[in-house]
Amino acid sequence: MPPVQRPLSPHLQVYKLPLTALMSITHRITGVSLAIGTLLVTAFFIAGASGQEHYDFVMNLATSIFGQIILFLWSAALYFHMCNGIRHMFFDMGKCLDKKTAMRSNYYVLAGAIALTFATWTCAIGGLHV
Amino acid sequence: MSKKDNLYVAPLKKAKGLGSAHEGTEHWMMQKITAILQIPLIIWLIYSIIKLQGTSYAEFNNWLAQPINAILMIILVCSVMLHAKLGTQVVVEDYISNKKLKMVKLICHKILFFGMGVAIIFSILKIAFGG
Repeated sequence: MPPVQRPLSPHLQVYKLPLTALMSITHRITGVSLAIGTLLVTAFFIAGASGQEHYDFVMNLATSIFGQIILFLWSAALYFHMCNGIRHMFFDMGKCLDKKTAMRSNYYVLAGAIALTFATWTCAIGGLHV
Repeated sequence: MSKKDNLYVAPLKKAKGLGSAHEGTEHWMMQKITAILQIPLIIWLIYSIIKLQGTSYAEFNNWLAQPINAILMIILVCSVMLHAKLGTQVVVEDYISNKKLKMVKLICHKILFFGMGVAIIFSILKIAFGG
């Protein structure tokens, strides 16, 4: 008997991901990006320990337009991962798991991440007076 | 297990090592512990970065040489490297089906994150002790 050609599920190519699923995969993507970012952190510390000219080179890179864009995306990824990670702890405690609350918490996470990124860059550009 | 043994065995003992993978609780635990630890430390780090932006080499060295900053930074680095190792391990386990490649990737991740942690901690100590 030939195998029955049943549709396979879930079909990622034709399936419109709900926001909850998009947030889940974004958590992974930001997580992996941040893990790759630790290479840059390592480079920064090694430069810091290697002397003035290495430090200046890295600092010039970080304060250039390109460096600032990277840092902005970095902070946004970090805050998203942090806010969504906090939500994951509620999930692990068995809270916010029903469809309605889970859906609503998507917006809390997004709002938190955007607010923290905005606040950070306001302080970074405007100067810190504390 | 006889009925007599059960008197002295907590239910947790029976749950440990069960499930198809026979492991995972400790992985999950460490992921959560490092995550919670990192929330205040990351806020401290970002506050420090904003305060130190564009700072001179000497000022940066002075800042990192203060015990509180060096200690918090070392704790943060240990936590981040462990968290990143555990997190990327799951990603590799989920998406790479070739067993040999998976094993190689997992070993590389272990070495990479451990090595980066050692490199950063050494750099911090070198600066802190005025090397």
